[in-house]
Amino acid sequence: MGDLKRTVLHDMHLALGARMVPFAGYDMPVQYASGVMKEHLHTREKAGLFDVSHMGQVILRPASGDVEGAALALEALVPVDVAGLAEGRQRYAVFTAEDGGILDDLMIARRADHLFLVVNAACKAEDIAHLRAHLPDQVTVEEITDRALLALQGPEAERVLSALLPGAAGMRFMDSAVFDSQFGALWVSRSGYTGEDGYEVSVPEAHAVAFAEALLADNDLQPIGLGARDSLRLEAGLCLYGADIDTGTSPVEADLVWSIQKVRRSGGARAGGFPGAETILRQIDEGASRKRVGLLPDGRAPMRAGTEIYAQESGGHPVGTVTSGAFGPSIGQPMSMAYVSVDCAEKGRKLWGEVRGKRLPALVAAMPFHPHAYKR
Amino acid sequence: MKYTEDHEWLRVEDDLVLVGITEHASEQLGDIVFVELPELETQVSKGDEVVVIESVKAASDILAPVDGEVVEVNDKLVDNPGLVNEDPTGDAWFFKLKVDDLSVLDELMDEDEYKDLIG
Repeated sequence: MGDLKRTVLHDMHLALGARMVPFAGYDMPVQYASGVMKEHLHTREKAGLFDVSHMGQVILRPASGDVEGAALALEALVPVDVAGLAEGRQRYAVFTAEDGGILDDLMIARRADHLFLVVNAACKAEDIAHLRAHLPDQVTVEEITDRALLALQGPEAERVLSALLPGAAGMRFMDSAVFDSQFGALWVSRSGYTGEDGYEVSVPEAHAVAFAEALLADNDLQPIGLGARDSLRLEAGLCLYGADIDTGTSPVEADLVWSIQKVRRSGGARAGGFPGAETILRQIDEGASRKRVGLLPDGRAPMRAGTEIYAQESGGHPVGTVTSGAFGPSIGQPMSMAYVSVDCAEKGRKLWGEVRGKRLPALVAAMPFHPHAYKR
Repeated sequence: MKYTEDHEWLRVEDDLVLVGITEHASEQLGDIVFVELPELETQVSKGDEVVVIESVKAASDILAPVDGEVVEVNDKLVDNPGLVNEDPTGDAWFFKLKVDDLSVLDELMDEDEYKDLIG
């Protein structure tokens, strides 16, 4: 506990009454005084401010200024169309392993003379080592350690941020832009991890507290902890690395084929060429044996991570396992993500989860559980 | 009111023992989203897992604080688990126990002793 890292907003969290927990090596707010349920609902109704400064921010800078070249080089590590990403746009990606597993998931933004990556806190050291080991010498991998990262999420996020930064209002979902401001250069993307409209803002550490305080002066914006961040992302059907995706799951099993653009699939102009391509492209063409699905339990008992899923009410062997499960405050019922064998994965299929020795019914359900509200 | 080290409270009404969780426990658990109550007429021994509650964070068991028979359960909590957070020591009792000898409660903590426990 003694060597937990702190974000630059740590004192602010304490002053706001946060309960702190260790998370990915950082001492982070899990909730504030109002609690997970109210924080979740407030984000969907108004807006929430999340400190995500623990996440890794990385710049890939081509020595020559050739962003196209850096994009093509990065394509050797991700099954994503990076070269086709327009300047000022951002895209979801995964780093794949040679066996087709997932090393991490990340965001890639293309900016004027470089690529900007945001990776998971728990994976950032490995990700940076992976990038340095595999990218050509002409592409410099710069870990950004002097910037905080804040997310504003919810229907009031546009109004709250654009009061300080008028240019933010003109952005659309997955736009990425740099703005000069009284808080220094802000790196802004219109994206997030809640299913709501909103922004993620990288701010110089020297200005981060003043920036957060200026935002929180608007009463519609409340600070939100990791607890509500998790229930929000789960309602939105978004994967948590380390729970729903990891080195043991392929992007096809994880139902992330949408993130692999056609140009990188079999028959595409730049098909394959990423770690695990053979396995992953074969699974796209022929199907995988299991799939990530949504599950809605019939009663109020949450089916949490590790709950075994069965195709019948008694006997038999498990056909799957829950990877994330919680109560969904906005949908008013429990929800889970699970991997189940493909013959049990069709929507509406009735399955059973074994909770405390009892098999409880649940239906395979479409995700997101709560509709996305992105401003496209 | 009497208290246990498991942060439960006990209150005697009409010779029956009502059992709930303390305000401190409800705050620590966070928002309660699920309550599973025991069957009526269940004979329980001190330490038995009688009730399952789940908060936004995790599942927890409510243990029988003394030996007895479950003679009533608070069905309201099944449809409205959040009542445990709103009124933990009032309306949000979980079950009523018929106990042979109410003097077993004398061994439990009183309010001052419980306050010392939670600091």
